[in-house]
Amino acid sequence: MNPFDFERATDTAGAVASVADRPDAVFLAGGTNLVDHLKLGVAEPALVVDINRLDLTDIEELADGGLRIGAMVRNSDAAADPRIRRDYPMLSRALLSGASGQLRNAATMGGNLLQRTRCVYFQDTTTPCNKREPGSGCSAIGGYTRYHAILGASADCVATHPSDMAVALTALDAEVVVLGPTGERRIPVTELHRLPGDRPEQDTVLEHGELITALELPCARMGRSTYRKIRDRASYAFALVSVAARVDVDASGPAPIIRETSIALGGVAHKPWRARAAEAVLRGAEPTAETFLAAADAELEAAEPLEGNSFKIPMTRGAITTVLAELTGASEDLPETTTEDAHE
Amino acid sequence: MGHSLHLTVDGQEHTLVVDSRTTLLDALRDRLGVMSAKKGCDHGQCGACTVLVDGRRLNSCLALALTHDGAEVTTADGLAPEGELSTLHRAFLALDAFQCGYCTPGQVCSAAGMLAEAADDAPSVVTEDLEGPVELSEEEIRERMSGNLCRCGAYVNIVAAVSRAAEESR
Repeated sequence: MNPFDFERATDTAGAVASVADRPDAVFLAGGTNLVDHLKLGVAEPALVVDINRLDLTDIEELADGGLRIGAMVRNSDAAADPRIRRDYPMLSRALLSGASGQLRNAATMGGNLLQRTRCVYFQDTTTPCNKREPGSGCSAIGGYTRYHAILGASADCVATHPSDMAVALTALDAEVVVLGPTGERRIPVTELHRLPGDRPEQDTVLEHGELITALELPCARMGRSTYRKIRDRASYAFALVSVAARVDVDASGPAPIIRETSIALGGVAHKPWRARAAEAVLRGAEPTAETFLAAADAELEAAEPLEGNSFKIPMTRGAITTVLAELTGASEDLPETTTEDAHE
Repeated sequence: MGHSLHLTVDGQEHTLVVDSRTTLLDALRDRLGVMSAKKGCDHGQCGACTVLVDGRRLNSCLALALTHDGAEVTTADGLAPEGELSTLHRAFLALDAFQCGYCTPGQVCSAAGMLAEAADDAPSVVTEDLEGPVELSEEEIRERMSGNLCRCGAYVNIVAAVSRAAEESR
């Protein structure tokens, strides 16, 4: 580990000023990703600003029925919060499906959003990686790509964002509150993370020195929601594919109609992937197996699998259709006449 | 550059000067001679370094010691003050919940933290009713203990031991 200066921040403005002042300074929250990167040599800051004593640990109800979660609330505390369990079960489940009990006790809401890809080449400083060392090349392309992107990738980077929590926040239309050297701004979680393009070293739209101070969830007493994660082990593994979905069905008419829905995918892209093409197919449609499949296929039309991850296309399709069937109570099975081949 | 660090470890107070890079695990083992917390992977993947910090289970290898200045740290040793074994320790012994024993202190600390979480009705991802009371079924114990690996593969007996300790501590 390279030597670094250590500073313990006592207020948010001071923390922001300390990091903003030095290009090689970083914030340290739960440390579950950054401390590992310090050991691996993936991160080599000259100044670490510890924000663990900042007063950002409250969960408060907002006047509009939403919820404001301090950035330093630990993942385990957020998942167990009675209001989140009751009103945002998708978020609670997404949090609980990430990492392990020990890690969730340390990991923070802000830090979870800003964790970096688990691409094996990104974490291995002996191999080229455009995200770690811009311009050095991408070792994943043509390499081990089981955990890599099928949507929105570029010729420079095919990494995926590893967070479960961020997928739920993306489906929930959450916003982050950010404090920077020039003041506060708000960013929808859907706009926080970037696609790699030709600047994969830039995970998010945050500027150096900007600090996430809170997340805000809009009022969410709408329909039913859940989070489904598919992974290589039963527990304690990153997602191959995950789906956060909520669906509100209007059952007052002669046939049920999907009034509103929001869907986000994990494990498939450089950012939590809001499935707007799928949502457009579902909105106003009858909740049937055919609709679910059409929605999944609309989203996956743009998918470009790599050699090692083409399985993610049927897996994502299956995850979307299963979750939608579960949430609407509709059957998952297509009528006999429709064959699987028709959708390949 | 040296920084002052104050820790209470298993009831004993310590004040020392550490390099900013020192993890909590290295502070315990290399500086304070507390060998109960083990170094396995050193990357937060195996759980051998699990200790209780102010009562909550954490991977001590992924924590800079300085971020826990002033904290109360409890290791598996500290859960058996004066050699008086806890319900958990006794269950691990009685049910043969280890082979080589290297992961055991981490397993015991993790189980202690986990039992407290479950007593607070904190759900896990396998809990059907997120708002209901927590029943520590085998499935729940496996899920909640998944952050602790055992290379000997003593999982079956670890689950049994944790289950027994959960029943006895109810």
